[in-house]
Amino acid sequence: MSCARNRTESVGQMNFGEIARKRLHILTILAAAFTLVFAPQAAMAQDAESAEAVVEEAAAEAPAFEHFGADMIKGQPEPGGLTFQQQYSPNGEYALWMHDAILMPIITVISIFVLFLLLWVVVRYRRGANPVPSKTSHNTLIEVVWTVIPVIILLVIAVPSIRLLAAQYEAPPEDAITIKANGYQWYWTYEYVDNGGFEVISNMMPEADALAANLPVQLAVDNRMVVPVNTPLRIQTFGADVIHAFGIPSLWFKMDAVPGRINEKMLTIEEEGIYYGQCMELCGARHGYMPIAIEARSMEDYQAWVLAQGGTISGEEEPAVEVEVPAEEAAETEEAAAEA
Amino acid sequence: MATTAEGFDAHHDEHAHDHADHKPGFFARWFMSTNHKDIGTLYLIFAIIAGVIGGGISGLMRWELAEPGLQIMGQIVEFLGGEGTFDQQGHMWNVLITAHGLIMVFFMVMPAMIGGFGNWFVPLMIGAPDMAFPRMNNISFWLTVAGFLSLMFSAFVPGGVGLGAGTGWTVYAPLSTTGSVGPAVDFAIFSLHLAGAGSILGATNFITTIFNMRAPGMTLHKMPLFVWSVLVTAFLLLLALPVLAAAITMLLTDRNFGTTFFDPAGGGDPVLYQHLFWFFGHPEVYIMILPGFGMISQIVATFSKKPVFGYLGMAYAMVAIGVVGFIVWAHHMYTVGLDVNTKMYFTAATMVIAVPTGIKIFSWIATMWGGSIEFKSPMVWAMGFIFLFTVGGVTGVVLANGGIDDNLHDTYYVVAHFHYVLSLGAVTSMFAGWYYWFPKMFGRMHSEFLSHLQFWIFFIGVNMVFFPMHFLGLQGMARRYPDYTPAFEQWNHVASLGYVITLISVAVFFINIIYAFVAGKKAAPNYWGEGATTLEWSLSSPPPFHQFETLPVIEDHHSADDHISPAPAKA
Repeated sequence: MSCARNRTESVGQMNFGEIARKRLHILTILAAAFTLVFAPQAAMAQDAESAEAVVEEAAAEAPAFEHFGADMIKGQPEPGGLTFQQQYSPNGEYALWMHDAILMPIITVISIFVLFLLLWVVVRYRRGANPVPSKTSHNTLIEVVWTVIPVIILLVIAVPSIRLLAAQYEAPPEDAITIKANGYQWYWTYEYVDNGGFEVISNMMPEADALAANLPVQLAVDNRMVVPVNTPLRIQTFGADVIHAFGIPSLWFKMDAVPGRINEKMLTIEEEGIYYGQCMELCGARHGYMPIAIEARSMEDYQAWVLAQGGTISGEEEPAVEVEVPAEEAAETEEAAAEA
Repeated sequence: MATTAEGFDAHHDEHAHDHADHKPGFFARWFMSTNHKDIGTLYLIFAIIAGVIGGGISGLMRWELAEPGLQIMGQIVEFLGGEGTFDQQGHMWNVLITAHGLIMVFFMVMPAMIGGFGNWFVPLMIGAPDMAFPRMNNISFWLTVAGFLSLMFSAFVPGGVGLGAGTGWTVYAPLSTTGSVGPAVDFAIFSLHLAGAGSILGATNFITTIFNMRAPGMTLHKMPLFVWSVLVTAFLLLLALPVLAAAITMLLTDRNFGTTFFDPAGGGDPVLYQHLFWFFGHPEVYIMILPGFGMISQIVATFSKKPVFGYLGMAYAMVAIGVVGFIVWAHHMYTVGLDVNTKMYFTAATMVIAVPTGIKIFSWIATMWGGSIEFKSPMVWAMGFIFLFTVGGVTGVVLANGGIDDNLHDTYYVVAHFHYVLSLGAVTSMFAGWYYWFPKMFGRMHSEFLSHLQFWIFFIGVNMVFFPMHFLGLQGMARRYPDYTPAFEQWNHVASLGYVITLISVAVFFINIIYAFVAGKKAAPNYWGEGATTLEWSLSSPPPFHQFETLPVIEDHHSADDHISPAPAKA
């Protein structure tokens, strides 16, 4: 079970061998954790965190929370897939409709039309079929036609396109839950600004762990970004070192995480489940190894999870664990601790 | 060297030739050249070498991506003397994608299109003896070579985690500033400075030449469309490259002299760099494709034996593409956090480009319509271009929509799109131009069979490489990843197989060149026959070392498409 205290996992500067060894070390010390690790349910979730959760006092007091297993994965690529991933947000569904019902038919018809014209001239106007070329080089009517018709087609595309943009930029309501995704070289942290400001550090799950848990390699993470389902989320992105991009294909959501600015966009997820994404802006050596996993849960589960992290539910002013520590410092301190 | 080279001239029977064929010695001719045709040849040779290197790098990339997991990055790092740690492997991947992009853009497509074909055929087509500034022409070429060497050198000096610049061809700050310590990125930036300076000088040269050195009677509206395309391209270069130079100079000062143009800690903004880069970068993509448009127009008209349909529309469509190309740059930045009005504007403006592009596609087809088409190799390549460019163009219309791009930005869909317009578009047009003019340039006929064979292998190969990338992108596979989740394996595997097929087509290309020089028939002045009516066809193949000592005159009966036919008998 993930926990606000597991910053020892923020081993951004280590390679995967070291990460794996570190995990192994923790596991051997925490003998009590073994039972949970080998329990099937816990193996579905992330085993290391489960192990730690047992020994963390704070977590033990919080309401029970069980992470989703592989059966709840909704947003991930399909082997050999040909089209967009299924969409689980209102804007995503509209955008998918626009692509599948408007753009794809139009571009397919245009491509086939051009191919047909080319094949037609090949057959009809090859030298054998038409020995004497015409000398026509102008026809005002047809030139007007092939200028105006594309303009009309573009207008047809522009209407839903502008509508989609407007929807994507809709301001989140007052009570939207704010979650700040910070991109680091090379991991994400999620700050729950409205829930006491605790922060979850999310690294890619080592291949062996992912395979053991039946989770997709290179998409699975140790600590997921847990969010409430069917609730407007105010997602903010920020780049701590270089530019990263927070992209989740199945939610039609992508926003750069840029140093020096906070980008903000509303996101509503319509179904409970796990949605995978990745960093989508070149950010250095391990650009390909900082995936994103969002776990959408019912509001009750979400609140239980928040409490388990030591966070607060909105309205309550209870100070959360480690609220005051800025992200970078915290990460550094914990790294130092981990190395020591 | 120069003195011994003088001796080479003795082998030529100088007195038997007229003045036009006085050639300097080897060193003076090829290293101090002021002859537009020789410089064009140098550019073409350079572009082929750069293309082989850039294409070889894409081979390493396809090899790496053929299956999940890291395959060959470790060996490459160790080969170059590194330890092969995980981070060094990731960095090596980034170095490869950076080098591939920069080489293909700045050292393959641009030198071949503008430096090679532009230098060779702009003066020939407008009836000029040479370029306006022959010495500047020479320095343009050697600056490009120096830029290439600087880029190659950058791969062997530290660039952060490992050797080389791993910033992507876009060199985004802060990855390229605080994110990459070591001199590699400085050398890569310097490489762009040199290549950019060379291109600016070249652009100045072309504009001056085209405006001032056209043959008597050749008005702007009688110029061949290839010359129009180079003119528009030269203006794009002249206006866009200084912006790039400014942006990357700011990168250099941010890196080395403590300025903070792109560092928020000092009041700068990383997004400012992107605006500057793409203000250059978007015109740049038209710089790469417009000369191709021009060549395709010449070729389609020649082999249809018809004048180009809608000549003025074709010329001004290129001008329109050039103008609109300057006001759409932020569609490369849809996800940086633009506000809603900006994004709507760039969506609308970007879609507008489809209109002049559509005019060109339909005009080419209308040129063929009613023609008497001969399917010689350049025509086959040109028709391949029209189809492949259309496919690349329509995915551009999809990407133009800011809301749709949210899901496609920085995925393989974008990679597929720009390779369809560049790798399958620009490169296909270059092969079309190559086979159209190769005998004119080198005096030997290539093998039509091998050219056709190369086309079909190439066509199958590149479609196998790039069409599956649409699927990968729609499924969400991100660009610039050395490794991927197993779900992406199938289409990546197909793409890597396609690369092998493409490689075979490149082998056929070189075999064809060897064939032409070893066994090719001597080329007649106008080996394409009645459809070829621009001025280069009035000259021998290859043209004399100095042509048009008596300027050709474009008479009233000549149209934009026909500069060489004799006056009608009645007159």
